Amino acid sequence: ADLKVQRNAKYSLSDAPNSYEDITTYNNFYEFGLDKSDPAENSSRFKPAPWTVAVTGEAEHTGKFALEDLLKGHAIEERVYRLRCVEAWSMVIPWAGVPLADVLKRFKPTSKAKYVAFKTVLRPEEMPGQRSRSLDWPYVEGLRIDEAMHPLSLLAVGLYGKTLPNQNGAPLRLVTPWKYGFKGIKSIVEIRFTEKEPPTTWNISAPHEYGFYANVNPNVDHPRWSQARERKIGAGVFGSRVPTLMFNGYEQEVASLYKGMDLKKYY
Amino acid sequence: MPSSAVIRRVIKPALFVACALPLLSLVFAAFGIGGASLGANPVERIQDTFGQWGLRFLCITLAVTPVRDWFNMPWLVQLRRMLGLYAFFYVLMHFLTWLILDQGFYWSGILKDIGERPFITIGFSALVLLVPLAVTSTNKMMRRLGRRWKKLHRLIYLICLLAVWHYYWQVKSDVTEPLIYLAIVLVLLGWRAWKARPKPAATAVMEES
Repeated sequence: ADLKVQRNAKYSLSDAPNSYEDITTYNNFYEFGLDKSDPAENSSRFKPAPWTVAVTGEAEHTGKFALEDLLKGHAIEERVYRLRCVEAWSMVIPWAGVPLADVLKRFKPTSKAKYVAFKTVLRPEEMPGQRSRSLDWPYVEGLRIDEAMHPLSLLAVGLYGKTLPNQNGAPLRLVTPWKYGFKGIKSIVEIRFTEKEPPTTWNISAPHEYGFYANVNPNVDHPRWSQARERKIGAGVFGSRVPTLMFNGYEQEVASLYKGMDLKKYY
Repeated sequence: MPSSAVIRRVIKPALFVACALPLLSLVFAAFGIGGASLGANPVERIQDTFGQWGLRFLCITLAVTPVRDWFNMPWLVQLRRMLGLYAFFYVLMHFLTWLILDQGFYWSGILKDIGERPFITIGFSALVLLVPLAVTSTNKMMRRLGRRWKKLHRLIYLICLLAVWHYYWQVKSDVTEPLIYLAIVLVLLGWRAWKARPKPAATAVMEES
């Protein structure tokens, strides 16, 4: 369905976005299979409505909320962000969503809320990938509270002015453009405020390859491949790789979050 | 058993065309023939297709001898050279796709990858080891090398293991497929080891007499 969206120019790139076709047929969403084409092919049975999100943990207002209530009162913005996958390819995507901070603040997190943990829905009957043990289901992710409150962090509900297709994480997903794509947890059913750093799925699967922070960093390679350059989806057969930018090009906005941290250690 | 004329005029040409189908599928997709497409990441698609078929043809080549023995089809060996050369072709195309289309001749990155990234080092080693086998695949070289030819071509055992290892290390989380290839290669190699097992002394004497 079409959404009423207003472009947020301050947080949008001037780069031309990838085609709707590329964005919706080339996906990593292991809940629907391991191949990039699997999510588009295997997600038609998934039911993104009605949808409820549980808000739990260190906050004054917790409980279960219908998605409509979670979004009520928030204007949906369009933001054209870079997306850099940990596999060294990238896209430009016109997301539609609301700033995560605006939603989180409504629950009044307490002083104990140092982190925010997210969980994906567990529905093996609708998500064939969850029937195999390729990862530890359900998928979980997390952010430090200051990362979650950063104005770039977006709770996306759509792309290209339409509601999110199932393969892109319907009906609600996280977008943190300065981090590798796997931080952008999809089909969120729980938001939990925690005092301790929450576990994250890829870190559980391969701790030496995927850290909690997962900030895009051309100077810290994945143990098995270089992160210095990336392939831009849509550049074609002869489009060569381009240099990857620190924090995926959002260095000015987010570098202060990591002041004094050794990014080789906290990868 | 098919006559040598049938092998030469029918089976070999048919096999030649069949083995070229993965390549043709890429050509069709590249030009959008029949609605086919290389998808959002064409370089990855090309590289993966070549790599996958390189590994498959290595396994098929390795299977020729066991299948010949299991099904009593001695003429199969006449097809082995073509299968092996196709394996080399697909592996080489996999490498060239990486070198030219993926890396764009970015030499500092390429050399670093070959030297420092174990899965690329292993894959590259497998390719390098395949070169002498391809070069010595002619009748002339077989005659010239004599018994050493067979010894040299046993390198295929190592190459197959390296190729599976290369695939295994490249996979992000689900290693089921690489493990299936490993099982296939181990069966094909294990059967050879079993066939070559030392025979009990009594039988050996009988066989010699």
